Parts: sequence; structure tokens; C-alpha cells
Amino acid sequence: MSEVLLEMRHITKDFSGVKALDDVNLVVEKGEIHALCGENGAGKSTLMNVLSGVYPYGSYSGDIIYKGEECRFNNIRESEQKRIVIIHQELALIPLLTIAENIFIGNENLKFSNVIDWDTTQRKAMEVLASIGMHENVNHLVGALGMGKQQMIEIAKALAKDVELLILDEPTSALNEEESNMLLDLLLELKKKGITSIMISHKLNELARVADNITVIRDGRTIETIQRSNNEVIDENRIIKGMVGRELTNRYPERHATVGNVVFEVKDWTVFDQEEPTKKKLKNVSFNVCKGEVVGFAGLMGAGRTELAMSLFGHTYGVKSSGHIYKDGQEIKIPDVQSAIDHKIAYVPEDRKTYGLVLINDIKWNMTLASLNGRFSDKTIIKKDDEIHAAEEYRGRINIKAGSITQPVESLSGGNQQKVVLAKWMLSEPDVLILDEPTRGIDVGAKYEIYTIINQLAESGKAIIIISSEMPELLGICDRSYVLNAGEIAGELPKEAMTQEAIMKMIMDHTAKRGSLQ
Amino acid sequence: MSVEAVKVDDKQMKEHIKQLKQYGMIIALVLIYAIFAVLSDFKNVAPMNVNNLIMQNSYVIVLALGMLLCCLTGNVDLSVGSVVAFAGAISAILVVDYHVAIPIAFLAALLIGALVGIWQGFFISVLGVSPFIVSLANMLVFRGLALVVLKGQTKGPMPPEFTVVGAGYLPQIFTNIGGTKIELLSLIVGIVLSVFFVLMEIRSRRNKKKQGFVLPSMGATLFKLVLSIAIVNFFTVKLALYMGLPMVLLIVLVLIIIYSFITNNTVPGRQIYAVGGNRKAAALSGIKVDRVMFWIYTNMGLLAGLAGIILTARNASATPKAGDMFEMDAIAACYIGGTAVSGGVGTVTGAVVGALIMGVLNNGMSLLGWSVDIQRVVKGLVLLAAVAVDLYFKKKKNG
Repeated sequence: MSEVLLEMRHITKDFSGVKALDDVNLVVEKGEIHALCGENGAGKSTLMNVLSGVYPYGSYSGDIIYKGEECRFNNIRESEQKRIVIIHQELALIPLLTIAENIFIGNENLKFSNVIDWDTTQRKAMEVLASIGMHENVNHLVGALGMGKQQMIEIAKALAKDVELLILDEPTSALNEEESNMLLDLLLELKKKGITSIMISHKLNELARVADNITVIRDGRTIETIQRSNNEVIDENRIIKGMVGRELTNRYPERHATVGNVVFEVKDWTVFDQEEPTKKKLKNVSFNVCKGEVVGFAGLMGAGRTELAMSLFGHTYGVKSSGHIYKDGQEIKIPDVQSAIDHKIAYVPEDRKTYGLVLINDIKWNMTLASLNGRFSDKTIIKKDDEIHAAEEYRGRINIKAGSITQPVESLSGGNQQKVVLAKWMLSEPDVLILDEPTRGIDVGAKYEIYTIINQLAESGKAIIIISSEMPELLGICDRSYVLNAGEIAGELPKEAMTQEAIMKMIMDHTAKRGSLQ
Repeated sequence: MSVEAVKVDDKQMKEHIKQLKQYGMIIALVLIYAIFAVLSDFKNVAPMNVNNLIMQNSYVIVLALGMLLCCLTGNVDLSVGSVVAFAGAISAILVVDYHVAIPIAFLAALLIGALVGIWQGFFISVLGVSPFIVSLANMLVFRGLALVVLKGQTKGPMPPEFTVVGAGYLPQIFTNIGGTKIELLSLIVGIVLSVFFVLMEIRSRRNKKKQGFVLPSMGATLFKLVLSIAIVNFFTVKLALYMGLPMVLLIVLVLIIIYSFITNNTVPGRQIYAVGGNRKAAALSGIKVDRVMFWIYTNMGLLAGLAGIILTARNASATPKAGDMFEMDAIAACYIGGTAVSGGVGTVTGAVVGALIMGVLNNGMSLLGWSVDIQRVVKGLVLLAAVAVDLYFKKKKNG
């Protein structure tokens, strides 16, 4: 019925051996809103980065046919010349420049070949804003606008480039219900004007509302394209099934731990956002972990899981917090990291290179850093011999593949670096171990080894909390899971009831409930 | 089995290279000294000049020790030259104008240094102002204050009980051997230190063996021992032929030992490296980053106060222009000595050797009669070359 605008054929892209995209096909018709769905890490953003030239031609295989001709983009500028514009999840606006300046950044109105024509810039900026129904003063700073309006400015920026194909990567993830609705209405308006959009989103209810076609991607492969027929709303359960419906193979070692009493309990934990101190990042979060138990925290990106862990771990996140923390039934206060360590709580951070390791230093040095004030010093003098013994012991125990314990950690592979961070916190002899994305970016073999270490820790009576965006991982290794959504506990699932569908359903229901409350 | 053997050989080679690199700076220092010895008709190895070399460079070494800690966190302290002048001025005024007892004048100078450090530390840790800005501002403030308290004039002369710190000697035992006057204490100290080095090395090897650790190769150990014993005895013999052991040498040696120990063997030392290596990871490992920064700058202030005393003692007077550009000498010493500009890497030995390289250059060029202007050009180029060569090899290693 309508013509094909874009066709991506057999796109395959790998990152040093790991396939992010594997023979993906995508067909977008002219004038439609096409949605891309899939779990975190399924390859949606990678696919869009291939399309917009972030990953240049040659770094992937497959063809991009746009308007009937094959495209080989080497960078974003080349795709923008074809009027394909991508808006990333992290907005590319400069808060300290005005709205007009932002709209035309990199696309300036010039006179005398190199001088900015401010009159034209302002006039055009006002025209563009008016066309999307915004009436802001174009000389105001972008930083003063709310997230919703900033997102609209990004779209205005794209319109100023005469966009024909607009790509939006999770445009509503940072917006509230009202702002999201405004944005979705705008997309529908643009559609009427003949602008085609590709939209990545986790919010299935939104997709069901605006999308004409939904392509589901899982593990770097296209699973199916669901079409909207005769204005019927697309069934959300069908999307969920497509997103998560995979067979679980035995990729997780067995555990023989006995679950004991509650060791660590948090009640009514509320934390205010670091960037916006009036906004609650976490609201009345309560949970507990038992001896020998592995408890998972599921949720979408931005749900507040890392913030929860860090706010508990010596207030390393958030401005104000309230609530109660109990350890072995006693209420405790954790004002700083050292007192968290003293209370035998450990946190293995999400991004090991930025938060976990001092890359220029060696394995031994990194392993003992968190326990220097404890077992590795006597009246502030470091017991260097003990350090060597401990490092050698852990290198063998958790199988760190390195020539020697004096090798700098920057020379290790991701999996081995992760093991060094694990060893660092095992050496602090914790009772409660919080692992934030413990297997991100490491290969399947190393993952199995990490799971084995987690099991051993649980078997030795430690309480373990795992934050992971990979749902199969949570299903595979957790005894119980909490689902966190928008800073609130959306629900709790025992092992028997844990399925990916159930977790997704819980998130969707919770989001819907919040939406109806507002 | 042969494969195994090759592997071990390869590993040993790497160890050798690593150890040699450790001594690269010391070897460079010896070479520069030797070149100037030839150029200056061996004037720079004359006993009196060796003595001058130590006395002239003592305050730069003192400052470099404090500056090293700042540099390890990836920062610098630009105010030290001004603080040296200000602390020196206060001690001189107290002694000359108010006839205060000399030990109290010393304490006052140290206290002022420490207070300046606390003042800077407050802005850096509590208010989060960048150390570069804080110390740049205080460089102006304290240079100005030094001019104010001295009313722009030189204050002196200082009594001999004061000058002994910068220009005096440890107890001297002179004797005549074959017509040359020789100071015995220096010789004895040289021999005692040599024996001490040997004993320490034996103890360290024995301990490593007992714990089952890898022993460094015998060749490397011997090389290290011979080198250190040769350097120590070169100095003690030269000093014995002149006036004996300078008081400042004792002060500087004690400080070097203390700071080596702090950086190598204590928790606070380790924390400084961690803050410089990765601030975020350090914070998440329980290190109170702000507190570490506070103490580093307080310590720098204290050492600047000490350098102020030494300088005033050596010149027997305090001038408002004293200590001009000392901060640059101290910073250069750290970077020439292999401290990473981004922080996290650097040693006390490196900083001291860096300071000595600067000192030997200064001294050698003065003996050759080169003008101060040219000396600055050469020193600047040496700093640039040292850091560029270091980065070049790092890139080569990684690339």
C-alpha cells in the first residue's frame, strides 16, 4: 500500500568477537512510526547507530537501502545530509547555550561564509518552535527547561535540518506521563506532515498507542515485526512474549546453600536525586536479604537500582535520605563507606574501570585497597607480606588468569578485572555483598566462573544482592527477586514465580498504575 | 620443558629491564654530573663545591618531598615559594626585632607554614576549589604579605645559633693524614651506612626466601648495592675533605627516610596513590578523599615553613624576594623524577633525584659562568625533555 523508505538487510556487527547484531533485517515504510523493542542489550541502539553512521561503513556487514539507493555512511554528517537524524537517549544539548543556539548547533546560519547570522538564527528558531507548538523565548538557556521541553528542542533541532527520517532512542525514558503524552502527540503530528520515525522504547503501552509497526529484537536478531491492523491496538503481551521468549539452557551452576535468618533489612528507604534535590529518586523502598540467600533486583535502566545500592553503601549517592537499615536485627547507620565496610557490607560497582579499580596499579595493590585499615595494616603500617600472601591465595582460589600479582590490572581482560574487584571485596570479609551488574561485558565462560564464585559465597553464609539488567541471569541465579520501577518496589517474586514475562508485567502494571495516579 | 625455560628467561629479562628503568634517573644524574665535571675542569667535584651542592639544594629537596604528595594526586601547590619567604620573614623579624628565643622563632615559622596549609586545605577540601586556583591566589597573597611585614627590606643578620640550621655543620673531628686535613665523622658515617645497606639487603633477601617470594636476581641486587654505596661514599669522602657533614644534610636525610616510609609502607601513603590513580574508586573503597587532600596541603605548608627557616639560615637574613620560583623547581623535580602529571605514579627517590638533577645543572652552569638567563632556558628544556621521553616510552609500550 505504501512505499518502502528504508530497508536494512542482513546487518551483522560485532564488538571484538561478541556479536551485537546478527543478520538483522528492518523494513520501514514511508510516513509510519516504527517501533523497535527488546531487552537491554538486545541490539536496538547498536542497530540505530549503524543506520546513522555512528558506526561507519565497513565496521559492520550488510546493506542499508534508503529511498532505493544503497547508503555507506562514514559518520553522522553523511547520514544527516540524507536527512536522517538520530536523537540519543542522553540528550546532546548544551545547557549553557540558548535555545536558538542549540537548535542550530553544527548547522549554523552563516553570512560572509563564516560569521553567524544571529537574526536568521533567531527567526528560524522561532519558526521551527512554532511549527511544533512551542512558544518559548529562543534566547533563554536550554538548561532552564524541563526534561520534556528539552526533548522537544532536540526534535526542533532535527526539524531545522529538514529531517525525513527521525530516530528516537528511548525519548520518554526520562519524562513523566504528561510530558510523554505531549511528545507522543507531537510524533503523531509529524507523521501527518510525512515525517517517518523510528522509536526505541521500553514503554510498551506508549508503543501500542502510536506505533504502526513494531519490530522485536532479541539477542541481536530480528524476531518478528508486528503490524497494526485496522486501527486495533497491538497486544502488549504479544510484544513481551517476543522480547523475552527464549529457552533457558543450563548456563548457571547449581547451588547448595541453606537460607538462614534475615541478615540485612531496609525499611522505607527514601533518597533524593543528586541532580534535582527536590525529586525523590527512591521512594519508601523496603527489602530484606537472608543468610545464604541470593536476592536479585530487576528493573529497567534508570529504575534506581544502582542509586539504591550506592545510597545504602555509605551515602555515595543522593543528597538526603531517610529510612532504616537493620543488620542482624540491630538498626545501624552508615554515614560513609568506611563504616559500611566496618559493618561488613561490600559493594561491587557497576562500572569496574571507573569505580572499581585503579587501573595503573597492580592486582595485589587493588585487591587490598578496601581492607587497608583492617587486616592489612598494624598502626597504619601496611603489612606487605600479608598482602602478597592474600593476593596469591585469591588469585588461585577464583582463578585470575595473570602472569603475576604484580601485573597492572589495566592489562587484564574484563572477566579477570571483574574477578580482581570481587577479590577486593571478598577480602573485606563482608556478610552482605551487593553486586551491581557483575557480569556486564564479559564472556560466557567468565560469567559461569563468576556465578560459581557467587554460589560459593552464598554457601559460606553470605547474603548476596544482585543487580542485573539481564533477566535470564536473575532467573538463573537468584532465590528471590525484587522488581524496582521508577524508584519504587513494584513487587517481589519468589523463585517459582520468577519468569521474564512476570517481571515485565510487573513493571508495566506499576508504570500504568503510576500513570493513572498522576 | 624447554618452552618453560624460555618463558622464565623472558620473564627475567622483563624484570631486569624494569629494574634498570628504576635506576635510569640515577644513572642520568651521574652522567650529567660527569659531563659537567669534564666541562668545568673537575671544579664541580671539588670538596667545597660538593658541600655547596648539598647546601644549595636542601630546600628544593624539602619542598619536592611535599610537592610529590600534591603531584601524586594530580595537583600542584604554586604557593610554596611565597610561603617560604613569608615564614622566613616572620622568624627573622621575631629574632632580630623582638629578640625571641631561637627555638621559638623556629616553631613560629613551622606553625605559620602549617596554618597556611590548613588555610589552603580548607578551600580545597571543604569548599572544593581547585588546588591550582587556591595556591595561585595564595602565591600572590603570601608574597605580598612577605613584602608587607619586611617593609620591602632585608632583615638580618641572623645570629649564628640560627644560621647553623642552614650553613652549619654537625660536630667536627679533624685530623691530619699525610698533610691533608680530614674530618673523621663524615668518613665514619659513610662506612657505617655502607655496612647498613649490605645488612638490610641480606635481611630483605632472607625474609623473601622465608616467605617463599620471588627473589630479585643477584646481579640486580649487587648493582643496586654498589651504586648506592659508591654514591654515599663519594659524598662523605668529599665532605670529609672540606668541613664535615652539613646540618641540613641530616635534616634532609631524615625527611627523605620519613617520606619514603610514609609513601611505601603506610595506609595514608597508599591512600594518596589511590586518590591520584582513581578518585572515584578510592572513594568507593572507603578512602575519605577530602581528608586526604586536606592533609597533603597542610603537610606542604609545614615543609614550606621548614624550607623558609633553612633558607633564612643559609642567607643569614630574610628578604621579601626569597624563594622566588621555588615552587617551579619543586614541581619540576617531581616531574623530572618520573611522577605522572595525571597523578597516581611517582616516588620519593624519583623526586629527590629530580631535585638533584636540577641542582647539578644549576651548579654546573654557574661554574661554567653561564648567565642565569641561559640557565633557565636549559632547565626548561630538560623538564620538557624528561616528561616527553617518559610519555614516549609509555606510548610505545601501550601501542
